[in-house]
Amino acid sequence: MSLRLKALTKSIWVYHMSTGSCNNCDIEILDMLTPRFDVERFGITLVGSIRHADAILVTGSLNLKTIPRIKAIYEQAPKPCVVIAMGVCACGQGMFKNGPNCPDPVDSVLPVDIYVPGCPPKPEAMIAGVVKLIEKLRGKK
Amino acid sequence: MIKLLFNFLIFPGFLFTAVAGLIASWIDRKVTARVQWRVGPPWYQPLVDLMKLSIKEITVPRSASKGLFFLSPMIGLSAVTLVSTLIWLANIGSSSKGFSGDIIVIMYLLTLPAIAIILGASASGNPLASLGASREIKLVMAYELPFIICLIVPVIKSHGLLKLSEIINYQVVNGSFIASFSGIIAFIVMIFCMQAKLGLVPFDASEAETEIMGGVLIEYSGILLAIFKLTKTMLMVALPLFLITLFWQGFNFLSIWKYVVLLVIIVLIRNTNPRVRIDQAVRFFWGKMTLLSVLAVLLAIKGM
Repeated sequence: MSLRLKALTKSIWVYHMSTGSCNNCDIEILDMLTPRFDVERFGITLVGSIRHADAILVTGSLNLKTIPRIKAIYEQAPKPCVVIAMGVCACGQGMFKNGPNCPDPVDSVLPVDIYVPGCPPKPEAMIAGVVKLIEKLRGKK
Repeated sequence: MIKLLFNFLIFPGFLFTAVAGLIASWIDRKVTARVQWRVGPPWYQPLVDLMKLSIKEITVPRSASKGLFFLSPMIGLSAVTLVSTLIWLANIGSSSKGFSGDIIVIMYLLTLPAIAIILGASASGNPLASLGASREIKLVMAYELPFIICLIVPVIKSHGLLKLSEIINYQVVNGSFIASFSGIIAFIVMIFCMQAKLGLVPFDASEAETEIMGGVLIEYSGILLAIFKLTKTMLMVALPLFLITLFWQGFNFLSIWKYVVLLVIIVLIRNTNPRVRIDQAVRFFWGKMTLLSVLAVLLAIKGM
């Protein structure tokens, strides 16, 4: 494993993007950062600016208002940057599948690297998703 | 010439201070984690963060002024490298190192990292960055006043010496300044100024990530952001050393506990205080801290 890849997988800075979710996933993401789960052990921190981010955490089903915005956000992110779809809505639109305001799922707009299902996903599920993401990144090279 | 370059780039200068700063910033994060009853990051985490940032893409906004955007991280880094070289050489070298008036040079150079951040934020063309820059300007104006007044105290107490190594020698002969009333007051004021210079909580309004999303650093990515982070970590070594040099008999490798004490004070202040608004910070520095530092100068003139 190369040094650069190790550095990338050991320090993932996450940008949280809510595309019209019901805030349940967002609250669970904040749960993941509490001392009980403490993801700073693995070098994961939440950053405020997309320019600092290595991973975009998408929650919620995309709607007409947020599709151009999430495209702009993804273009502003410095590459290499991964996309994590968090929650049932972001993974496969969930109950909004036939909604008139939600034409596209997240993976038809962005290249999603990992899916974490659940409504909302537990912090354990999110950590498992991050572990799978790191394995995938290592397997690439 | 070769020796000067070696001093500047490797031993007391850039590389050594950077490694010490990375360790210090790990201690900062680990102690913060333990205070919050967490486990905290492993020891290599600050280094890994910098390595990761250095392989990322550098994005430049279209509205940015490109030259200044790239130049300002270098200004801050070179200033802090020069400061740490001067302070280390005055402490561990022979007493002939340094020149008369190097306190004043260090005082100016210590302002440069903040000015570099202001320049870079203004050059990035982001409204939130300019908001952060205006806060940073107010903060610099606020803390520089008590900082400079406190800097007069060791000069008065050593009867007008303006050279760091001579001030250390004076303290070795006559006892450290921190043992006197004026010295301890000035030292306490300096600790608060140091907290603001490092941009840590409670004085981090300029890069408040929960409110203005990174503020001054919002548009910086990749290695430019890494250089800003490195500047902050090197300041975390240089500023406590400067305080120890001025008030606490100087520093050698046996008295590393003095540095650890100051670092723990910084971390504890950081963890037990919420972020203050910028007007509260200005009122704090221009009110209580300036009064205390004037009191310290008056006591020093009286010889206490």
